[in-house]
Amino acid sequence: MNTAIGRPVDRVDSQAKVTGGARYTAEISLPGLTYAAVVGARIPSGRVEAVDASRALAAGGVLAVLTHENLPEIAGQPHLLPSLLGAAAPGQSFFPMQDAAVHYAGQPVALVVAESHEQAQYAASLVDVTYRREPSITSIDEGRDRVYEAQRLFGGLMPGRDERGDVETALAEAPVRIEAGYRFAANHHNALEPPATTAVWQDGRLTLYDSTMGIRATQLTVAHLLGLPLSHVRVITHFVGGGFGSKAMTWPHVTLAAMAARHVGRPVRLALTRAQTYTSNGHREEQEQSISLGATRDGRLTAIRHHKLSITSRFDDWAEPATGVSSQLYDVEHYEGVHSLIQGNTMTPTFTRGPGETLGVFTLETAMDELAYELGVDPVELRLRNHAGADPRGNPWSSDGLAECLRLGAERFGWHGRDPRPRARRDGDWLIGTGMAAAAYPVAFFMPEQRARARVYEDGSAVVQTGTQEFGTGVLTVATQVAADALGLPLESVRFEAGDTDLPNTSAAVGSAGAGMVSAAVHAAATALRDRLVAMAVADAASPLHGADPAAVDVADGRMRLRDRPGTGESYADLMIRHRLADTEAVGSWTPPPLDTPHGLLTFGAQFAEVAVDPDLGLVRVRRMVGVFAPGRVLNPKLARSQLVGGMVWGLSQALLEGNEMDTRHGRWGASNLGEYLVPVNADIPEITVEFVEVEDDVVPLGIKGVGEIGQVGAAAAVANAVFHATGRRLRRLPLAAELVMDPPASS
Amino acid sequence: MGIDLTAEAASRHQAPTVRGPSEEPVVLTINGTHHTVGLEPRVSLLDALRDRLGLTGSKKGCDQGTCGACTVWVDGRRVLACLTLAIACEGRQVTTIEGLAADGEPHPMQRAFVEHDAFQCGYCTPGQIMSAIALIEEGNAETDEDIAEFMSGNICRCAAYPGIRQAIKDVRDARERP
Amino acid sequence: MRPLGYARVSTVAEAVEIVATDPAGAFLAGGTTEIDLVRLGVARPDLLVDINDLPLHDIDDLPGGGVRIGALARMSEVARTPAIAGRYPGVAQALLLGASQQLRNMASMGGNLCQRTRCAYFRDGVSPCNKREPGTGCSALDGLNRGHAILGTSEHCVATHPSDVAVALVAFDAVVHTAGPGGVRRIPIDDFYLMPGDTPDRENPLRHGELITAIDLPPAGIAERSVYLKFRDRQSYEFALVSVCAAVRVEDGIVTEARVALGGVGTKPWRARLAEQHLLGVPATAESYAAAAAYELSAAVPRRHNAFKVELAQRAIVRGLTQAARGGMR
Repeated sequence: MNTAIGRPVDRVDSQAKVTGGARYTAEISLPGLTYAAVVGARIPSGRVEAVDASRALAAGGVLAVLTHENLPEIAGQPHLLPSLLGAAAPGQSFFPMQDAAVHYAGQPVALVVAESHEQAQYAASLVDVTYRREPSITSIDEGRDRVYEAQRLFGGLMPGRDERGDVETALAEAPVRIEAGYRFAANHHNALEPPATTAVWQDGRLTLYDSTMGIRATQLTVAHLLGLPLSHVRVITHFVGGGFGSKAMTWPHVTLAAMAARHVGRPVRLALTRAQTYTSNGHREEQEQSISLGATRDGRLTAIRHHKLSITSRFDDWAEPATGVSSQLYDVEHYEGVHSLIQGNTMTPTFTRGPGETLGVFTLETAMDELAYELGVDPVELRLRNHAGADPRGNPWSSDGLAECLRLGAERFGWHGRDPRPRARRDGDWLIGTGMAAAAYPVAFFMPEQRARARVYEDGSAVVQTGTQEFGTGVLTVATQVAADALGLPLESVRFEAGDTDLPNTSAAVGSAGAGMVSAAVHAAATALRDRLVAMAVADAASPLHGADPAAVDVADGRMRLRDRPGTGESYADLMIRHRLADTEAVGSWTPPPLDTPHGLLTFGAQFAEVAVDPDLGLVRVRRMVGVFAPGRVLNPKLARSQLVGGMVWGLSQALLEGNEMDTRHGRWGASNLGEYLVPVNADIPEITVEFVEVEDDVVPLGIKGVGEIGQVGAAAAVANAVFHATGRRLRRLPLAAELVMDPPASS
Repeated sequence: MGIDLTAEAASRHQAPTVRGPSEEPVVLTINGTHHTVGLEPRVSLLDALRDRLGLTGSKKGCDQGTCGACTVWVDGRRVLACLTLAIACEGRQVTTIEGLAADGEPHPMQRAFVEHDAFQCGYCTPGQIMSAIALIEEGNAETDEDIAEFMSGNICRCAAYPGIRQAIKDVRDARERP
Repeated sequence: MRPLGYARVSTVAEAVEIVATDPAGAFLAGGTTEIDLVRLGVARPDLLVDINDLPLHDIDDLPGGGVRIGALARMSEVARTPAIAGRYPGVAQALLLGASQQLRNMASMGGNLCQRTRCAYFRDGVSPCNKREPGTGCSALDGLNRGHAILGTSEHCVATHPSDVAVALVAFDAVVHTAGPGGVRRIPIDDFYLMPGDTPDRENPLRHGELITAIDLPPAGIAERSVYLKFRDRQSYEFALVSVCAAVRVEDGIVTEARVALGGVGTKPWRARLAEQHLLGVPATAESYAAAAAYELSAAVPRRHNAFKVELAQRAIVRGLTQAARGGMR
């Protein structure tokens, strides 16, 4: 039975969200609540020589000023690991305020706790910190003499190098070669809700309200840092105001809030300011990528060399892995992907939507556009010609769909008949261009067992629980749909509960894996419960189903009945009342397939964009976008579409608007607010078409490959390729700011 | 024209009272209800609503006038609560997202946002809705271009912009069809 | 935010007196700049005097076709006033292209004239900045200066004036009325904005306690076909890279009168008088406009990240004049 899954039902939390009733972390009200404010280091490197807290302590309402001199030592520093792994997941392997060292501007050097938000913020401005400044490196340009090749990435999970064949020779012998290098400015997530944590201690036990994409990660990380039994740390998160990777890891402020609450003996709310988010929850690192494509004259790729150089912190070899798609998407014998790093004075960068691959694919797909022009082959056709039928190990894709996405996208967009000549279409002051890109994103699979619990009451209603959290993906809604179908209940009869580590555990909802793994666990729990009730019925002499084969029974509207004789059966409620069961429940779990599953694991899509460029003024306006995706099973097309549209807008934004520069003299970011760090506003966004290509996948959980990242991947490349088509100029930096896009002065 | 300082001074009643900087009672009218709340003058309307009155529907996204998440109406006009001092709202009518539902019935704009999935994480949503209703009242919802432009003071990082525009058009059109 | 006293006044005299007698007093109108800067610790008043109840909200016709805008009239109200939209469309467009509707509903016209630069070094409260802490130096000269000015700069400051509407007001010779401890005065708007020179902390000639009460737009037939164009990375809700207010009168194909002012490129709202002079008597063609624009920008002093604005501003002037000559509408 399958009535809720696949339907475009409204979000189950929509009423809470449109009425203001949804409570986010900084809105939790507790008796005796106090407020903490962080003082961030002004220098990027050096030491705190002295802290004079006297003015702050004298200010009204101040309860405490914590610094490295009086903050207790942490019990232990967990390793940096992605939160999806299900272990402790600090965003960086450095915890501040343990000594006087300063490694990046904005690093917490003091924490003020006061009776009110206003008092804490003001007193933070009164903490006088004296620094000894030491030389710093905060940009790639400053660190070119200390580049090294990363051995492992992602907390050691992934190799920094990926190679096969003989790239050197293959490129040298290739009849056609494309070589290009790109510079990408740093990006900041800017989730609209700044991270916040409220910490409460009671009888040695800690409750944290935290705006996180992984309550379990928060629990494990804070317990490790503070040396607490896991049973003594509970994390509650009902609504999160966007994550995009910034809340995928447990950053130092979370634990600092707990330490402050212990110090003052009262609940503490620590909400970061917008400016502090630029130095508190990671970022997409400044990076350069270079790519060399070797191809035959008829457009077959023979070799790809893809290198990335980026800047990381002093303490972690962190880089977004950028070659997971370029190494697999196309059928190419010789490949070399390398990640190089510079250690600098920034915090450890982190996952940012479409981590790594969104820029890796930008590099690949822009080069593919160049190759198409070089060869005189249509860009769509060039992709079709090279799409790999299996992954580099020869394993078939768990599911594919790229060719269908490319063809359907071209049709919906009206690609055919496109005049490929650049600068050929004009509309008044605007040059019009179109561009496309293939999209692919790895399916992440390294989470541990995921669990959920399902309970049915004697009135036939149900509660399903798991420790995930809602940050905009709609997980509460799709989990409700999955549970309703598995239990054979109407959607309205099922309530889904999440957001509490006391519930059965799931991993952080990152890497587009959230909906799939949560759904799989919920499905397992609900199925187990239904099977138990069916078994009870067929074993019960008083049941109309007595003696039936359980496999011949299905459930609809809460009524178990014989599949081929639906008139024979009874409701859950009748059975349970007869057995004096007020409720009954089951826990279910799902374990991901082994990492060495003999399948290639990529989600595929295709992106198309039309832009208008004012070449005098350097303005780019995106007129329309079409994205076609094959994300496996779509539990709720309405919500999936929203997430894909969001991803495509992130790609547009990455191409045209987003970037931050370091002032290397001060070692501080140039922009730290939404007035100067530009994210798109309503007027930037055109109408966007999203289409799905159906593919069946029996490797990934419930056939779901996820929609969180794939919408973004390829979108920036499609826009940039359209800008080339409009202007005839290939621009090798992002964002495509006016000074890059405008035609150079005639004289130069 | 111009200001006649002498004439004006003659009509003056008494020297204005300086209030604060410490906490004192402030009378606010929120969604038609009077509240007397102890506030320092430096407290923003946004923090007064969220931290003192339990009205957390208005959101703090930037606290510096760059995101629109705190949009409320003061005397019927949409403004930013983060750049408004609460004490300056004495004698003015403040309307927040919590004041929209009439007799428990959601406002048509709230229903339209649900129908068009005009949000994801929901954090910007109350501000979007307060802006969206005001937009129609202002007469700035006539064209698609106007809607996009006059809604540009409300950032949605989840990027539900197409859905937001569609919700507004639906409500606008329903009003025009009596 | 620092502790603040608050007083609400009902007459201009009260407002002036209370601020004039308190060195740490400041006026509070819309608050869109003031509250932001107090929260950032850049503005440090101890007392805010709320002037929103003062009778300075009206927008009235002046004899001869001009308009008087009360200092407390909100940007959004002024933009939709028929006298402004009809007679000074460049002013109305500039208003509507500034900020967001929420901010335009809050921000007063007087406050808009006094808004402070968006220079990140000024706003961060810690970097050396002669505007914020005289004598500490200018971090923008050799720093991240994409958004900074190329006209009217000095070795002490290159901060851009951020206002849009002030650019249009400068183009049409608006007059600022003030009331202060020394009485009332009228200040031509071009004199209201000071170049940074070696005192970038002084942005206008207002004395402590002196309040803007009104802004007069004198009659100007040429303004009726004015345009205001704003160019920026984002389509909306962003300060200008370059903006231009342009109006032009053309008779028999020859320019007989022109007004040009620039935003986003000057340390003050920039009246392009050199370009205006250059335009008189020339054919109304893109080539003439470009020559005049080049003349204006010949004085530009670009920095590392804003050199593109020299060219961009010239192209903006050409675009503005072309559209103005075509009849004002885009």
